[in-house]
Amino acid sequence: MGSYVPNTEAEQLQMLKEAGFESFEDMLSVIPAEVRLGRELNIPEGKSELEVSREMKKIAAKNKVYETVFRGAGAYKHYVPAVVTTIVNKEEFVTAYTPYQAEISQGILQSIFEYQTMICELTGMDVANASVYDGATAAAEACAMCQERKRHTVYVAETVNPQTLSVIKTYGFGKDIDVKVVPACSGTTDLAALAEMMDSESACFVVQHPNYYGLFEDIEAIEKTVHEAGARLVMSVNPVTLGTLKTPAEYGADIAVGDGQPFGLGLAYGGPYLGFMATTSKMMRKIPGRIVGETVDTQGERGFVLTLQAREQHIRREKASSNICSNQALCALTASVYLAAVGPEGLKEVANQCVSKAHYLAAKLVEAGLTLKYEKTYFNEFVTECKCADTIIDACAKEGILAGLKLSDTEILWCATEMNTACEIEKVAAIVKEVC
Amino acid sequence: MNFPAELKYSKSHEWVKDNGDGTYTIGITDFAQDALGDLVFANLPEEGDAVTAEEAFGDVESVKAVSDVMSPVSGEVVAINEELLDAPESINEDPYGAWFIKVANVTETEELLDAAAYEAFCATEA
Amino acid sequence: MQLIFERSKKGRHLSLFPACDVPAFELDAPKRAEAPKLPEISENELDRHYTELAKHAQGMNDGFYPLGSCTMKHNPKVNEQAAALEGFTMAHPLQSEADSQGSLEVLKKATDILCEITGMDNMTLQPAAGAHGEFTGLLLIKAYHKARGDEKRTKIIVPDSAHGTNPASATMSGYDVISVESGADGCVDLEKLRAVVGEDTAGLMLTNPNTVGIFDKNILEITNIIHEAGGLCYYDGANLNAVMGHVRPGDMGFDVIHINLHKTFSTPHGGGGPGSGPCGCKDFLAPYLPGVTVVENDGVYSYSKSEESIGDMKAFYGNFLVVVRALTYLLTVGKAGIPEASQNAVLNANYMKKKLEDIYPMAYDVTCMHEFVMSLEGMKHDIDVSALDVAKALLDRGIHPPTMYFPLIVHEALMVEPTETECKETLDHAIEAFRSIYEDAKNNPAKMHMMPMETPVKRLDEVRAARTPVVKYEFEN
Repeated sequence: MGSYVPNTEAEQLQMLKEAGFESFEDMLSVIPAEVRLGRELNIPEGKSELEVSREMKKIAAKNKVYETVFRGAGAYKHYVPAVVTTIVNKEEFVTAYTPYQAEISQGILQSIFEYQTMICELTGMDVANASVYDGATAAAEACAMCQERKRHTVYVAETVNPQTLSVIKTYGFGKDIDVKVVPACSGTTDLAALAEMMDSESACFVVQHPNYYGLFEDIEAIEKTVHEAGARLVMSVNPVTLGTLKTPAEYGADIAVGDGQPFGLGLAYGGPYLGFMATTSKMMRKIPGRIVGETVDTQGERGFVLTLQAREQHIRREKASSNICSNQALCALTASVYLAAVGPEGLKEVANQCVSKAHYLAAKLVEAGLTLKYEKTYFNEFVTECKCADTIIDACAKEGILAGLKLSDTEILWCATEMNTACEIEKVAAIVKEVC
Repeated sequence: MNFPAELKYSKSHEWVKDNGDGTYTIGITDFAQDALGDLVFANLPEEGDAVTAEEAFGDVESVKAVSDVMSPVSGEVVAINEELLDAPESINEDPYGAWFIKVANVTETEELLDAAAYEAFCATEA
Repeated sequence: MQLIFERSKKGRHLSLFPACDVPAFELDAPKRAEAPKLPEISENELDRHYTELAKHAQGMNDGFYPLGSCTMKHNPKVNEQAAALEGFTMAHPLQSEADSQGSLEVLKKATDILCEITGMDNMTLQPAAGAHGEFTGLLLIKAYHKARGDEKRTKIIVPDSAHGTNPASATMSGYDVISVESGADGCVDLEKLRAVVGEDTAGLMLTNPNTVGIFDKNILEITNIIHEAGGLCYYDGANLNAVMGHVRPGDMGFDVIHINLHKTFSTPHGGGGPGSGPCGCKDFLAPYLPGVTVVENDGVYSYSKSEESIGDMKAFYGNFLVVVRALTYLLTVGKAGIPEASQNAVLNANYMKKKLEDIYPMAYDVTCMHEFVMSLEGMKHDIDVSALDVAKALLDRGIHPPTMYFPLIVHEALMVEPTETECKETLDHAIEAFRSIYEDAKNNPAKMHMMPMETPVKRLDEVRAARTPVVKYEFEN
């Protein structure tokens, strides 16, 4: 069996003796017999490293790995620069605890400060936290930030990722918060319905931009309606767009959230990903989670510490607005290294290639016989209509291509990124043409 | 330690000043700020909020702790000291100048101590 | 150290992307006014920047990390290798069940083994951290009472020694928190507990061993008191490393639990995350589990979701790669390795405790489990040397300090959790360090306030950081 206990049996016996025990049994006699398990666990026998390594490889091989991916819907295949992987695998980053001991944790603290700065730069907001679990929980936490004494109802656009809506509802179940869905009209938020629904008890409106169907929402109009009702605007964004497109701050959003997965994090069967949150300085003390701040040491040297901690559960306990403790620090580091590696020009290039390739893909699929469901501006995802979605998806799978996501029997949500070559796009179009 | 004679005090270490116009000004005492250490933020209620005697109306934060600030009176908040939000250190530097809230329409007041009695009380707390 | 923005120079870059091989498409959408000020840097400079940051970080690989309540055990390298397998890293979360049999097998195997270790019937691996698992568990309790139309249960009982996440999770779940004072022995005071339970009790949250490192002997009576009142019992698995393989929460009367894969099951902490906080429960709560659970039929795995599910705690299936690491650990140590780990964790703690108790008073003078709490109240009173001072002095000796000022019921607390993966020499070295710090403190107490002396930065001004928050870099111009 495998073991990570270094002390030999002889050492263990000696230590037991020195600690005043005759045996392990003697030491564990502080546990009442009636709750002791009294048998072996019914789990597999331990194995050597080589055996386990083989077994895990075998299990991993049961997953199909698609070389060509045209599926997004909340998990995007982007290029991960080699330097990103190398850096984030440094053991000091991987194995460190939360940087509570600032004097020996300046590296971690500074990396978080740099991450916060980058998220603020991208979103245009004033303050960002050190991360939350993912984009969906970030949106749910944002809704909690907007709760005020007389404003409890949370409005969510029907066009957000369904998982985001599900998480907001589940978090809302905890605090008995009313979550209302604002309907869509041709793939984007129905502005008239929004205006109709918002009232003096509205806490916030959550909108995703680009939305689940890849479409851009009319944020300017939405912002006006939401703020006129005295509610807050929560914008969930695909961060790749922020290299070039108007920022949540420029739109007047109160809170910007999203998932940082496109920034160097692999698909990883859904996690770990990275929830980012940023807000205005006015709402700084409502943001949950850890925040790193700059200060000086006793010699006047610049240094970094976890700050504004009195917001958090370990101090505020039942009065804390969130219980978050562990976050996704290593994923935030990954995003920082990615952003530093690509730089402003690289991020713009990624965004432009996503757009160009998605539009080329759409054009080719239309040529092949599919129709676009929405005639609206989209980023790198779009919905097509056809007779039978399954036929297309299955035909692609046979050729090693992960087609778009089936939304209904006749609808597919496609995605393209910089990873998709013209050749791949032409190939998928040819397959579609053949089976369509 | 300073115990101004013109103020009244609660056993939870707030001071109350009767402004003579039906309003009362409330803050935390020198003893309280000294015990709490360097304060970094104050959470205040909003104008128009109701406060209840012997219940918390806000809190003060130090780096590693948060402490409730109790209201010695029941009534309605008519003013808050927004300067505290930008300069929490003023609570440490000038506890009797750094007021928290002004309350009007007071319906109830907890039993308060005068300066001498409060000073004696603090001696037992220390 | 320079910030990465201070290393940035316009025009520097890596050569990452080929020219676009499809026609450029000009998007008709509003643009941002100016480009984000992201670093512009060469690969060499980028590498050196983060290498410098890594040198200013303390990992488990750097030395002893006896952080109480955090279970900083060795992070096995084979776990990392497994989590880096392409079959896992390249799998899209929305590829079909048939295409994801490996992932489903990981989730199913981890669930089964963890259920057996904890004495639970089913489990969700969706929660991303311990606090997230707590929140999940409380929502299961809430859904259960609600489904029975028992809406008067509005209170969750939490001992005053609990982690801050417990009361915070209860509040997030819409419950009022009833804090119950611990007895003089650090355990639950049965009389005080009886006094607060009633028909408004939704449940109790407890760790056992508790946060002072003691196994609460009355555990069956405690869970019974709650059950008789109609409440449910929640087990916070923060301290599972003390008892796994010897005692199961399910056999202590707990109905719902969370565990921390990043503590007990050896996955790394990543400087604060990602972790994983699976939430397990007895059968009667299983219909409410969030996300999906995996079922197996003749070697084929598929997802199942109950209509009564509370929904989703996060997107997809949890921090999947963390689960891969934990499963790798579980398969490695197996049925004998699990109890071996916990009993050695307890031994290492008792060994250190024994070797320190003559000079550092223990908060509770009994056999501890996997951690022990010292109270430096006397030292603080006598020579004005605090738990913080001792902790900071340890930094100069290359040892990560214990958890400070927790639990709140012990004054000047230092909580030491050595874990089972430390060898006797490491423990002896740490004992020596603690003892020499004690001598230093006695000889020159004033100097203790200046510690640490050898670290890259000295004590930092936390008051300034909180009063005038600077939470991002201010660019020139």
